Amino acid sequence: MDCMPFALDLETLPGAVPVRRAVVSSDKLRSVCTAVHESGGLLHALWGCDERDRKGGYLLRVALQDAAGLLLLELPMNAAQPCFPTLADIFPAAERMQRAVYDLLGLRAQEGDTRPWLRHASWPADCFPLRRDYDDRGIRAAQNESYRFVRVTGDGVHEIAVGPVHAGTIEPGHFRFSVVGEKVLRLEERLGYTHKGIEKRFETQPLMQGQRLAARVSGDSAVAFSWAYCMALEGLCGITPPPRALWLRALCLERERIANHLGDLGALGNDAGFAVGLAQFSRLKEDLLRANQRAFGTRYLMDALAPGGIRCNLDEANRRDLLATVPPLVAEISTLHEIYDDHAGLQDRFTGTGRVEPALARKLGLIGLAGRASGQSWDIRCDHAYAPYDKLAVRMQGRLQGDVAARVAVRFEETLESLRLCQMLLENLPGGELQLSLPPPAKRLGIGWIEGWRGPVLIALEPGEDGLIRRCHPHDPSWQNWPVIEHAVMGNIVADFPLINKSFNLSYSGQDL
Amino acid sequence: MNIVTLITQLTEVILAVVAAPLLMGWVNQCRAWLQNRRGPGVLQPYRQIRKLFHKDAVIAAQASPLFRLVPYVQFASMCLAAAIIPSLWTGLPFAVAADTIALVGLFATARVFLALAAMDIGTAFGSMGARREMLVGFLAEPALLMVFFTASLISHSTSLPTIVETLAQGRLAIYPSLAFAGVAFLMVLLAENARIPVDNPATHLELTMIHEATVLEYSARHLALIEWSVALKLFNYTCIGLALFFPWGLATGAHSLRDLLLAIPITGLKLLVAGFGLALIESLNAKMRIFRAPEFLASAFLLAVLGLLVHLLLGS
Repeated sequence: MDCMPFALDLETLPGAVPVRRAVVSSDKLRSVCTAVHESGGLLHALWGCDERDRKGGYLLRVALQDAAGLLLLELPMNAAQPCFPTLADIFPAAERMQRAVYDLLGLRAQEGDTRPWLRHASWPADCFPLRRDYDDRGIRAAQNESYRFVRVTGDGVHEIAVGPVHAGTIEPGHFRFSVVGEKVLRLEERLGYTHKGIEKRFETQPLMQGQRLAARVSGDSAVAFSWAYCMALEGLCGITPPPRALWLRALCLERERIANHLGDLGALGNDAGFAVGLAQFSRLKEDLLRANQRAFGTRYLMDALAPGGIRCNLDEANRRDLLATVPPLVAEISTLHEIYDDHAGLQDRFTGTGRVEPALARKLGLIGLAGRASGQSWDIRCDHAYAPYDKLAVRMQGRLQGDVAARVAVRFEETLESLRLCQMLLENLPGGELQLSLPPPAKRLGIGWIEGWRGPVLIALEPGEDGLIRRCHPHDPSWQNWPVIEHAVMGNIVADFPLINKSFNLSYSGQDL
Repeated sequence: MNIVTLITQLTEVILAVVAAPLLMGWVNQCRAWLQNRRGPGVLQPYRQIRKLFHKDAVIAAQASPLFRLVPYVQFASMCLAAAIIPSLWTGLPFAVAADTIALVGLFATARVFLALAAMDIGTAFGSMGARREMLVGFLAEPALLMVFFTASLISHSTSLPTIVETLAQGRLAIYPSLAFAGVAFLMVLLAENARIPVDNPATHLELTMIHEATVLEYSARHLALIEWSVALKLFNYTCIGLALFFPWGLATGAHSLRDLLLAIPITGLKLLVAGFGLALIESLNAKMRIFRAPEFLASAFLLAVLGLLVHLLLGS
């Protein structure tokens, strides 16, 4: 986007990914957002900070994504009446983030939905846990509050309420379907059941160990979040980790991607009643996790990364071992790909189900893997190739159909692409140091931005006094993608919802925080 | 009815009730093998039923007496059905009381009661399951009746033992009409027993369930009885299929003890093969969209009608 007409005072933040920052007024916030939207950009994250102890008042931070990288807008608000103009009419994805900002900090969007999002009556409506003067002693849970779901009326319309406790072992979320017969007229999601106060918890963590909590924001994206955290911190300290550490981080990230894609491909087969798919893909995933255990000492690569580098080395024997597993895995996945493609029953279930047209995806800001299956070609590994991806020339995968079949196809292709990357990473792994010690960080904002398996994850980190974290905001792409599912199921039949939901496979924990 | 026929009748029913979970276990075990899994063993359904009988039942506060009654109705209907299906031998004194039409009615009774119980609690899933179950049911029943009519035309009787005796004793003639009816029957069997591709008995996704959604509110002994009757239903259907299309080896006519004893291993062997075949079909197919079920069952009906026409036109 061309920022010239807005006379923004842009400051480039140091770090591995391009981030520009500007302080804006209310009016300018909306006009810049509109301009970014019109030039093809999208909203990435929206969060608030309590700055009353330093500059006075509150701060709203809006991260926009355009072709040049991240554009971070900061809107200062006074302490007495903190409110900001709504962005939900420009970026529909902003709505839930704005509701969450109110629940946690009491910053109110001037228009739009005022129902609570993260606050499920576990604390009173006039308490805001992310404020710095919040004291949880003496806080009682509020009385059971009712939540107004949007009612659909008409001849033969009835509601099916599903969750938050489900028949399978999955994360909790409530889904309210308004249906006629089997056809879904409207779906309304209610999430926030796994809110556990991660952002508040960050404020008590030592800066040098925050990556451990970041890895646990959403367990399936442990590497992505911990890398984003480390990237933010290293940007603040002004260092670049040694090449070997970066290459090993990329190896971990790609293995995390492969493991999740394998799990999802199996689960998608199973949800369509094709249990053979689940059995085969589960076996492949388990083999991969065991190889992780042998090579890195952790199955899900939890705590593999550390600020300044990487904690676990890969010795020569393990390097060869991992390298040897790549070709047979490629062969097996290709065989299963053929089986999925040739199976008439599966293709009948996948094709045309849960379609998100590229135009709708663009309007709603669909991102990540699901976005690429709907023609939204964003991938930080290609767009702003941070090291070591600048040397790997990642091939972006994509589809235009936007249905379950497209998301399955993108998963297959990304898995094979990740295996190609793994092979390159293992073959050309540089030697040298694993970890640098960090100089004291600058007292400012650091941004980490990593393309996880689900989509881009963002960490915004500010150091505080005594080596603690002042504020850390982790952002999972599920925030943007959950509302899209409400649109994806419209006009489909109720029985296809689990399949559509699984084809996105969004995180509950990652967005409930 | 003398004492010997009474004993054979009772033995047949008891064997069916006892062996039904074994068939279910065998099908599940075969499915596991076909998916490269180790599987829980063929005795798993017995363990499951025993476990459920040892638990305390939890019943919704607003449940009516009908809800408690239905598991017993289910189980009793399936036992009655087992009594008139010639699974081992055809000399079944009870079978005189009920012909194939009554048998279809018996299955329908069980289904109607299950749907009523599902709606009784008033949960969204129960009503959804009941609705889908009735959709499958009202399409499957005519197809099943047509299959029986085709077989009845050959034997000029609607009594199941008579049909089977005619087919078993007849010259080893191949009836083209029965080939059509056989395929139709297989499709009905898959739909009626909530198997893939119509329903997925192993799913945990409450929104996709058909049969499972109707029994979500049941627990403990009620659930045990329902699971047992589900196993018995599969057993009954498989035995009907074997009796109609592969009747060889059944003890027919005047039984000698040797015939009776020989029928048991032969039927057992046929059930093993049939169970493996069922597992194979389930492993090769994906579950279809729920709105494909009417097309699927309409094809079954069409095939059964074709069988009937083939018989009428070709006289074979």
